[in-house]
Amino acid sequence: MTLLPLLPILIPLGTAIVSLLLRGRKNAMRRIGVAGTVLLLMAAIALLVVVRRDGIQVVQVGGWVAPFGISIVVDLFSAIMVLMAAIMGFLVCIYSLGDIDKDREKFGYYPFYHFLLMGICGTFITGDIFNLYVWFEVMLLSSFILLTLGGERGQMEGAIKYVSLNLLSSSIFLAALGLLYGVSGTLNMADLAVRLHSDVPQVLATTVAMLFMVAFGIKAALFPLFFWLPASYHTPPVAVTAIFSGLLTKVGVYSLVRVFTLLFTQEISYTHTILLVFAGLTMVTGVLGAVAQNEIRRLLSFHIISQIGYLLMGLGIYTTLALTGVIFFMVHVIFAKSALFLVSGIAGRMKGTFDLNQLGGLYRDHPVLSALFLIAALSLAGLPPFSGFFAKLILVEAGMASHRWWIVGVALGTGFLTLFSMTKIWTMAFWKPKPQDAPAEVCRRVGWTYWTPLLILVVFTVLFGLGAQPLLALSEEAARQLMDPQKYIHSVLGAL
Amino acid sequence: MSSLILRTTLRLILPILLLYSVFLFFRGHNHVGGGFTGGLVAGAGFALYALAYRVSDLKQLIKIEPQTLLSVGLLISLVAGLIPVLGNKNFLSGEWITISMPRFGDIALGTPLLFELGVYLVVVGATLTILMNLMEE
Repeated sequence: MTLLPLLPILIPLGTAIVSLLLRGRKNAMRRIGVAGTVLLLMAAIALLVVVRRDGIQVVQVGGWVAPFGISIVVDLFSAIMVLMAAIMGFLVCIYSLGDIDKDREKFGYYPFYHFLLMGICGTFITGDIFNLYVWFEVMLLSSFILLTLGGERGQMEGAIKYVSLNLLSSSIFLAALGLLYGVSGTLNMADLAVRLHSDVPQVLATTVAMLFMVAFGIKAALFPLFFWLPASYHTPPVAVTAIFSGLLTKVGVYSLVRVFTLLFTQEISYTHTILLVFAGLTMVTGVLGAVAQNEIRRLLSFHIISQIGYLLMGLGIYTTLALTGVIFFMVHVIFAKSALFLVSGIAGRMKGTFDLNQLGGLYRDHPVLSALFLIAALSLAGLPPFSGFFAKLILVEAGMASHRWWIVGVALGTGFLTLFSMTKIWTMAFWKPKPQDAPAEVCRRVGWTYWTPLLILVVFTVLFGLGAQPLLALSEEAARQLMDPQKYIHSVLGAL
Repeated sequence: MSSLILRTTLRLILPILLLYSVFLFFRGHNHVGGGFTGGLVAGAGFALYALAYRVSDLKQLIKIEPQTLLSVGLLISLVAGLIPVLGNKNFLSGEWITISMPRFGDIALGTPLLFELGVYLVVVGATLTILMNLMEE
């Protein structure tokens, strides 16, 4: 099966092409859109099974051998991320069926949705750092379009900040790539891993590492480069926000994890400590920003940032246990965070507003929605028995094992503040009686396309809390692979 | 803009530009050129046409919607990448067949040419889409 590792790119591409050809036919586009994500989901599951059974999968595109051509490399971490992208792709696509209006569909929502998925999957499976840049661009271009589609005033304002900051990050990324190629003479990540640890002077490697940290840090919304995120994420329809929040910043985190485990491990005490410090600052500023917000979607956007801090905390600690925590946390936060966004979307659709001051009485009118919100919110705050508890537990344990007490303190404090700001949504939107000046209720019920994805996400977050063991074992296996780059290098270059 | 001079020159230049784009397309296999440059030159030719006449005239000239060109191009490139997979090679490998034609001798046709054809169509489609949207304002 030389095609299987490539399917996460090819399926969204094929789907996008078919729906471009069928543009104008609304129902056909919608069906193709969903069918494409189902196929992607099946391919992603097959890929994870194969990678777990047979080890790292490598395809040399075009038959060009490793350091010369572009390698596609799927290790367990990549396979898990592809599966997460596929699950989110599928669920948000169903949510989009109701949430995306006719005009946006007409202007190609579904084709670009799949181009976005293609870019995301591409970044997860590529084994070539320049190719990584290309997939970033594919992803960003599609995200620019999805962000501005519809052309509302607020969207444009958000898009300008989003586009300019991301272009800046791309140019830093490109400059870093040029320097990296200059000092090492290769772009294949496995080959780079070998050369950066032998031929290249340590000081040059660390300098380039810092550039990569800034470039990926902007995409991952790391402190102090996160301000584009809350400025733009609340402007497009909730379906778009959900897929962005679920996957885009995670792509930045994935890239950071990839390069800081495979390529830049020369001066761990320096580079990874910086990562750890910024992780702590990201957590705190994110959650403090969230506490000050009154618009649900903005509030949740700030939470994305603080959760990114947790992910990078694991990378900064850099032990097998910590990376296990990163992967577990990644799975948890994608589900929990997206569930919260979908709740806000449903609430907004029913009540016609996203403003906490104008919302109210949701608990009385919609008990099921309230229960789903509560589960996702408590999970995000890290309360047992939901997935967030174990995710944080592992990270905290890893922090204590490596005697980094201060980051443990920050992580726990942030968890507490997260709970506080979730309580704020709960009291203001759900418990508080409906305020006098609230806008007229738009609709009392929303269809199954809204409920099903939310329900599945919440079920996942409960499942991974009550039965954390399988996911934990899988994350640990993936973390071991990350901590032992020799395996990765050998699978790519071994044939030479 | 309707300038008689431009329209008259266009009658001479457009065929040359289109021929030149095809030339660049084939030349690109081993030399400078290729689907991307070829497509851009063809796009430039159409841009000139739209300047000399109107966008609606350009639409009549091309008949096919640019977005269709774009998607068909993408499809062709994807298929070109998938053909070698059928022959149990890696995605995007080169797969060749030789056709003997009287007078021309043996011609080796490969998937890279097909791939470039896809690129050509994507570039023409994209240029025309941008052009028509901008000029219709």
